[in-house]
Amino acid sequence: MFETFGPTTPRIHLEGLSICEKVVDVTIADDRPGGIVLSHLTKSFGDVQAVRSIDLTIATGEIVALLGPNGAGKTTTIDMVLGLSQPDKGSVTLFGMTPANAVKAGLIGGMLQTGTPVQYLSVRELITMMASIYPHPLDVDEVLHLTGTFEFAERPTTKLSGGQTQRVRFAVALVADPDLLVLDEPTAAIDVEGRRDFWNIMRKVAAQGKTVIFATHYLEEADAFADRIVLMARGRIVADGPPTEIKARVGGRVIRATLLDVATSELSTIVGVTNAERRGDAVTLACADSDSSDRALRELLARYPGARDLEVRGVGLEEAFLELTADNDEDADDGLGFSDDGTKGHGLG
Amino acid sequence: MKNLTYLKFEILRTLRNRRFLIFSLVFPLVLFFAVAGPNKNVVVEGIHFPLYYMTGMAAWGSMTAMLSSGARIAAERQIGWTRQMKITPLSTRSYFTAKVLSGYMMSIFALVALAIAGTTLGVRLSAVQWLTMLLLLLVGLVPFAIIGIMLGHLMKVDSLGPALGGITSLFALLGGSFGPIFQSGVMLNVVKDIPSYWLVQASQSVLSQSGWPPLQAWVVIVVWSLAMTRLAIRVYRRDTLRVL
Repeated sequence: MFETFGPTTPRIHLEGLSICEKVVDVTIADDRPGGIVLSHLTKSFGDVQAVRSIDLTIATGEIVALLGPNGAGKTTTIDMVLGLSQPDKGSVTLFGMTPANAVKAGLIGGMLQTGTPVQYLSVRELITMMASIYPHPLDVDEVLHLTGTFEFAERPTTKLSGGQTQRVRFAVALVADPDLLVLDEPTAAIDVEGRRDFWNIMRKVAAQGKTVIFATHYLEEADAFADRIVLMARGRIVADGPPTEIKARVGGRVIRATLLDVATSELSTIVGVTNAERRGDAVTLACADSDSSDRALRELLARYPGARDLEVRGVGLEEAFLELTADNDEDADDGLGFSDDGTKGHGLG
Repeated sequence: MKNLTYLKFEILRTLRNRRFLIFSLVFPLVLFFAVAGPNKNVVVEGIHFPLYYMTGMAAWGSMTAMLSSGARIAAERQIGWTRQMKITPLSTRSYFTAKVLSGYMMSIFALVALAIAGTTLGVRLSAVQWLTMLLLLLVGLVPFAIIGIMLGHLMKVDSLGPALGGITSLFALLGGSFGPIFQSGVMLNVVKDIPSYWLVQASQSVLSQSGWPPLQAWVVIVVWSLAMTRLAIRVYRRDTLRVL
């Protein structure tokens, strides 16, 4: 498994780490409270290690996507960032404060996975109520316009479509005029069109220089919106970098074929192939993206007309994540079996 | 409560909940008219029956109104709104204060509605008597405000509805809202340790000349309030630490 992604794995991983370290250094050197610092953040639920010693530093104004499949530990991380749950080990610092103090100061706006607006209020009343809680809220009308909720502002919160509810929930997070916006899978419950509308609105908001952290399991969303993608799997950060790099990493293709008597060293010379593996009569060729897999496939057939049972498929996020974590676990030597905790890790938000 | 806007919307939300209005306002009124109406001119042991029955319904209605804050808390927990509020500067104390104050508001509505209903059946009390009754009831409701918060964090909405119905009925029955069930003996001593007994007594303070309830009433209310607060804190902690 390691070999499949071999050539790319260490490279991006190291770059990701170096990004972290650089920012940490700056923060320490300036000794100025700024940004978001997660250090050695760890949280277990019973036997399940939901978050395993995460270190992450986010500069003020950065837009960061936490990308990962279900069970990666995204929600658990976000809950700790918001102070909704306490880490077993490690700490979270938001603009030099504890999460509780940052929340108390009204610096944080959050959109949780749950959090359906309460009933018996109109949208406008709800936002007015929420605004009253914060020390320096945005103007209610401004929020309604900005989030596209103005046209149904007089409607009861219970009489809204999924997309409308999502926008109202976003208005709830935004009315605080927060320095940090934390969004946990903000588009999980809405259709493709609603999703696009949502991100268009987000783009306007983010332009105001707010720090944004959002969790998603859509690579496209993370790619289109974030400055930086933090890839999480099974409680760890497995990659961290600009969207282009992460996309190349998890957007890979695999060619499988039945091919006799050709060495993998020879196969890996095909242009576009990043790694070649053999299992019995079958060979597996990893490619970075669909362009290179197309090219590699043509060359493969030209060179070896005897190749049979050809199959090209996307690696897919889930699989890419699992392979990445498998590497990680072997490297980490934490004494945990792969299959054992792979099954346990799933199903945790 | 610094934040009056928040409180205003909290009360508005409570008022717009029709189910709540039916249970805490309409039910006691209907029962009052059904039972006291035909006995409009009856006097038992020197006490005008509609007045007597009004005091019982006042205790029941105001208690139901107060405990229903638990149902609102449970509903907000279920939809994840409680967690949303936790990431705002609104303190847990303010959140509960708003719930208790809106519970009190509704209790007062229930009491005013019953007072008006009583007046239509010939109940006449002096301003001082009305006020004494109201104030004593408000004190007697304290343990129920805390029980409401505890139940709201203990149970899910689906089970809380029937549970609230059962709990209020049991409290009301034992407390004597529908008439005294124990005139003497061991059981009377037992029910005297229940806060609803003294809630009914608070309401009936206007019936007797002695007026103010005895020391035991205050002790029972204070002890129940403290015990329920401890329990509520435990339930709240367990609830908020729960894995989602």
